[in-house]
This record gives sequence, C-alpha cells and structure tokens, in this order.
Amino acid sequence: MSNSLTGPTLAQKATVWAALAILAVPAALPLVWMVSTSLKADTQIYNAVGSGAGAVSLRSLIPDPVRWDNYPAALQTVPLVDYLRNTILLCVVSILGAVGSSAIVAYGFARTEFRGRHALFLLMISTMALPGQVTMIPRFAMFKEFGWYGTYLPLLVPVFFASPFLVFLLTQFFKTLPNEMSEAAVVDGATDWAIFTRIVLPLSKPALATCSLFTFLGAWNDFFGPLLYINDPAKYTLAYGLQQFLSAYGGKWAQLMAASTLFTLPIVVLFFLAQKTFIQGIATTGGKG
Amino acid sequence: MKRRRVGWLFVAPWLVGFVVFTLYPFLTSVYLSFTRYDVVSPAKWVGLANYRALFTDDDLFGKSLLVTFKYACIAVPVGIVAGVALALLLNVDIKGQSVFRTLFFLPSIVPGVATATVFVWILNPEIGLVNGLLKNAGVIGPNWLGDSFWAFYSLIFMGLWGVGGSMVIYLAGLKDVPVQLYEAALLDGAGPWERTRRVTLPLLTPVIFFNLVMGVIGAFQYFDGAFIMTRGGPEDSTLFYALYMFYRAWRYMDMGYASAMAWILFALVVGLTGLVFATQRRWVHYGA
Repeated sequence: MSNSLTGPTLAQKATVWAALAILAVPAALPLVWMVSTSLKADTQIYNAVGSGAGAVSLRSLIPDPVRWDNYPAALQTVPLVDYLRNTILLCVVSILGAVGSSAIVAYGFARTEFRGRHALFLLMISTMALPGQVTMIPRFAMFKEFGWYGTYLPLLVPVFFASPFLVFLLTQFFKTLPNEMSEAAVVDGATDWAIFTRIVLPLSKPALATCSLFTFLGAWNDFFGPLLYINDPAKYTLAYGLQQFLSAYGGKWAQLMAASTLFTLPIVVLFFLAQKTFIQGIATTGGKG
Repeated sequence: MKRRRVGWLFVAPWLVGFVVFTLYPFLTSVYLSFTRYDVVSPAKWVGLANYRALFTDDDLFGKSLLVTFKYACIAVPVGIVAGVALALLLNVDIKGQSVFRTLFFLPSIVPGVATATVFVWILNPEIGLVNGLLKNAGVIGPNWLGDSFWAFYSLIFMGLWGVGGSMVIYLAGLKDVPVQLYEAALLDGAGPWERTRRVTLPLLTPVIFFNLVMGVIGAFQYFDGAFIMTRGGPEDSTLFYALYMFYRAWRYMDMGYASAMAWILFALVVGLTGLVFATQRRWVHYGA
C-alpha cells in the first residue's frame, strides 16, 4: 500500500498526522493524569477548587512537589501486596490449568478422528456466545452446595476443564503443523500422548504464549468472579480490592491513582515486552473470549 | 479403532466441564425461572409468576431493558465508526505511525477496574480534569456521574476510550486488502476517499460484522462500568439489564426471578444475533 507513486500526497499525510495528533490528546490524557495525580500532594490536587478560573494548565500536569510517599501510603491504606500475591496465584494456576487442558482438548479436535468430532467442535464454538448470566445462578448455587463459597475454588476449578476460546485457537494452530513427523512417530509405535507432548507441544510455543497471555489478562482483570465468590478481605484480588478501595476511600485520589498505576503497570510492561503476541493474538482472534 | 477412543479421551476434559459447568446450570436455570428461590432454602415452584411479574408489575425491568437497548444502539455503532476511522488513519504511511498505533491501543489493555477508577476521578465535578478543562473554556461542566442525563454518556465516553482493541482488528483486516484492487481503482482514477468507500470499506465488512455481533452480545452483558461507577444511578439512568439482574439475584436473593431475567436475556441475545445475521447478505462481502 505504500507505493510511492500511488500513495497519498504529502499534504494528505500531514492532514492525517495532524488529526492523529489531536486525537492522541484524549487517548493519552487519562493515563497521564492517573500517573501525575499519583505523585501529587493533596494541596496541589485540591488547590484547583479555590483558585477559581483556569483550573487546569500545563503546569498542573506536573506534580510539584513530587510525592512518592503516596505509593507506600496506598499500601498502608489497603494491603495491596496481599492482593498482588492473591492475584498472581490465581493467574499462575489459571494459566497452567486453562492452557494445559485446552491444549489437550485441541489435540483431540485437530489431530484425532472420531465420530461426532465435527458436531462436538461446533457445539463448543457455540457455547462461546452463551451469555454468562444464563448459567451464573445455578453455578453459584452448585458451588455453594459444594462448600466452595468464599474460596478460590469456584474461580479455579472450572479453569481445568478447557476454555472453548483457547481450544479454538489451538485447534486452528495444531492443524497447520506438518503431519509427517507425527505419522513417522505412529509408525514407530508412539502413542498419541507421546506425539502430543513431544512433537506438537514443542512446535506450538507461539500459540501457547498467546493463550497464556490471554488467560493472564483474563485472570488479572477479573472483577466479577471475586465479586460473586470472595467475601474475606484477606482473599481479595487487585481488581476487586481496587474497587473496594474506591468505594471505601473515594476521596483519597493520590493514593487511589497510585494503586491504579500499580495495577496497570505490569500490563503495560508486559505489552512492551510481548507486543507482537498481543497484537497478533487480538488481531487473529478478535480479542478476548 | 483404538484411535477413536483416544480422540474422545483427549476432548473429555472439555466435555466433562461442559456438562457440569455449562449444560447442567443452563438447564437448571430454566427450572429455577419457574420457582421462588433464595439459594438457602429449596426452590418453590411458582409457575409463570416470575415472568408475569416481570412483564406486568416491574417498572425497573422495562427501564433496564431500555437503558441496555439505548446503550447497544449508541455505543456499538459509535464504537465501530470510531474504530474503523482510527484504523484507516493509522493505515496511512506517516512518520510516527507505530508510536500512534501503540498510543491508541494502550487504553484498551488498561484493566477495567483501573479505567473505571481513573474515570471517576477525571469526571469529578469539582476538581476533576474534564471539568477543569471545560472551565478553561469558560464552561461549567456537569456533575457527570451524578447527573441522570450525563452518567449514561459518561459510560459511553469511557467505552469509546477503549476503542483501540477493535481498531487493531480492523488494522489486521486492512492488511488483507489485496494491493491489485487498489491499483485497479487507481487506474480508474479513484481518489483516496473514493478508494476507501468503494474498495476498503466493502472488504472490511466481514470484520465490521464480527465486531457488530460481539458488540451487541457484549452490550447486553454490560456490567462492570455501571456497577463500579454509578451503581445504576442516578435515578436508574444507568441501570443496565445485567446490573438489575445482579441486584435481583444477590441483593434481594431473588434467584428465581433473576433466572427468569436470565432467560429473557438469552432469548433477546439469540434473537438480536439472528437479526444481525439476517442482514448479513445485504452488506457483508466475503472473499475478494
């Protein structure tokens, strides 16, 4: 598309550039303001009220003085470190459970033959469009019956039974792998399990990375699961804990923004480390499942 | 023969999970929708009473449906137009293209609860960023989340801020547009606008269709933003369907009633998705 003869003229390019530069302001400002507020003293935050007209200027973007103290103070107000530990635990178990089980199931759909395989695959795909609300209440009743309410089990156990979205992704990937190696392995008497673990999995690292990333994001961001099942503040996750922080200490903006920054930062860092996995994953799958 | 059984073994984890965590709850919720149920004591059969109450005796049900329809009708098309427009701009080969792409994509990966917290802050009526900027322009900004008109649109704005997620999907779709088609259009003397309208947009329709379907399904399940930022208020102006259902189930422990709501939601989503699919042949172009 970037043919120099046929591409847009310089004036057109300049117009596009200017439009993007203008749009970039509202895109960036909320995050800039989040970080900036997290470093401000309360006097600067509340100063805007008294000073009358012209409340926001370029100078108000810059914390003066810079108060790093807001970060330890936020950790004092709410046990964010505990929440972080809980969240990481949930993320790790979710990745292992969801990616592992989904890979096994995907091998079944992509690389074995059995009657009804196609119909079963379609059934699985169609469950992706089922609104969670429809199964939410009986599920809740069932987990309560099991005595799982107030524990992580309702969030973690279902994860080990494969996610249709990941199975779909991995099935597509497994189908693109060459058949020769596994056929040779069959001749040598290898079982499907051996082919799966020794040939298919090692060749599928990029797809497994994409799946791990999506599972991580899902578990890191999950608000609704903890809202339903977690009642003990010692078990809060970052997402749920931040919401509780907001509703309990609504006025502590510097600390709230410090907590929000801490909660967002790992995702942004991860994005810059794994940009390709992010973009390709979303572009090929249409986002989260 | 042995290989057949092996296939079933491999898909067994999903199949078991499907039966236990999806199919069984799915069917149970039909039954529960005809009962009075509070999770603690056994469900009591009440026939069609829940459905009758919903349609004849519950103003909030109608209100929440209206709020949700309004959201679907505004947020979904606006999101599609903004996402496509942004992708088209970011597809032009300019200096700093990758920086712009990153910048517009970043908001979409910020965790939802963090986004909501930041928006509660910037929309603060007295010392928030937005009203501060409006003040610079000599405008007294509204009490965004506390105003029964603006609260709803605040949620729309917040959703629009995360448009970068769908933008990436459109960008990927743009990459698949064959160069020959542009060359043919150029030979016909088509300008950039004409090329976009005649070549790019038609070829992008499958991706737009996908986003439309997901957007409609998503709108009917919209919950987090409203729960965190407005709790459905003020004056129920942001009482989304999923939020009202949640309140019914967990605040009033009216699980039978909420199950009836869940089934109405299911029927609506199936119906609307079907409707969108029915229009598909008129405007979605597959294969170039």
